[in-house]
Amino acid sequence: MTVTVLCFARLKELVGSGRVTLELPADASVKDLHRELFQQFPAVESLAGQLLVAVNGEYASDDAAIPAGAEVACFPPVSGG
Amino acid sequence: MEPQLQIRLTRAPINHVELTEAVRSPLCGAVVSFLGTVRELTQGRQTTYLEYDAYEPMAESELRKLAEQAAEKWGLHAVAITHRLGALDLGEIAVAVAVSSPHRREAFEAASEIMSVMKQTVPIWKKETWADGETEWIHPE
Repeated sequence: MTVTVLCFARLKELVGSGRVTLELPADASVKDLHRELFQQFPAVESLAGQLLVAVNGEYASDDAAIPAGAEVACFPPVSGG
Repeated sequence: MEPQLQIRLTRAPINHVELTEAVRSPLCGAVVSFLGTVRELTQGRQTTYLEYDAYEPMAESELRKLAEQAAEKWGLHAVAITHRLGALDLGEIAVAVAVSSPHRREAFEAASEIMSVMKQTVPIWKKETWADGETEWIHPE
């Protein structure tokens, strides 16, 4: 399945865009998404272990599945306030 | 009674008086307002200005969750949170939180806790532009 990932902050800088398109297996997990992101954008490995993923606006753990058609976002630790 | 919640993201300067007024009530003996403002020095390094970016729909929903949880835990009458986005000069208000409750202890504790949790869960990021021209997204370890 094709997944569009919204990217923010330092991640957005590293991939050069606010959204990237990844090709993932139908039963892909958040962990698979990380792997594909690193493969397509090697510079993103500098954020390995730090990246957070949200699926449909809710934080998702590494093992969580990514449903087809979901809104997926990926970003480094937050720093608001 | 259901607590009143007001959550906003804005690119315009924050009117903290209006925000504070929004939580005031004759049912409450305490109102606590907190303003987070842009600091010039971070460990001796000088900031020229800050930029805030957000994953806006999720930032709003996480702020709302946070306000609901705080209201429930501390028995608050009302919670108002506004976070600024975009470029901010030194001294400007980046975030304002106002809470009201019948007694002061709950209001103080709630305002403090809202700020602590916000800094961990709400998808908003700040980018420093330092005086030497270097820029840096801030991502706490």
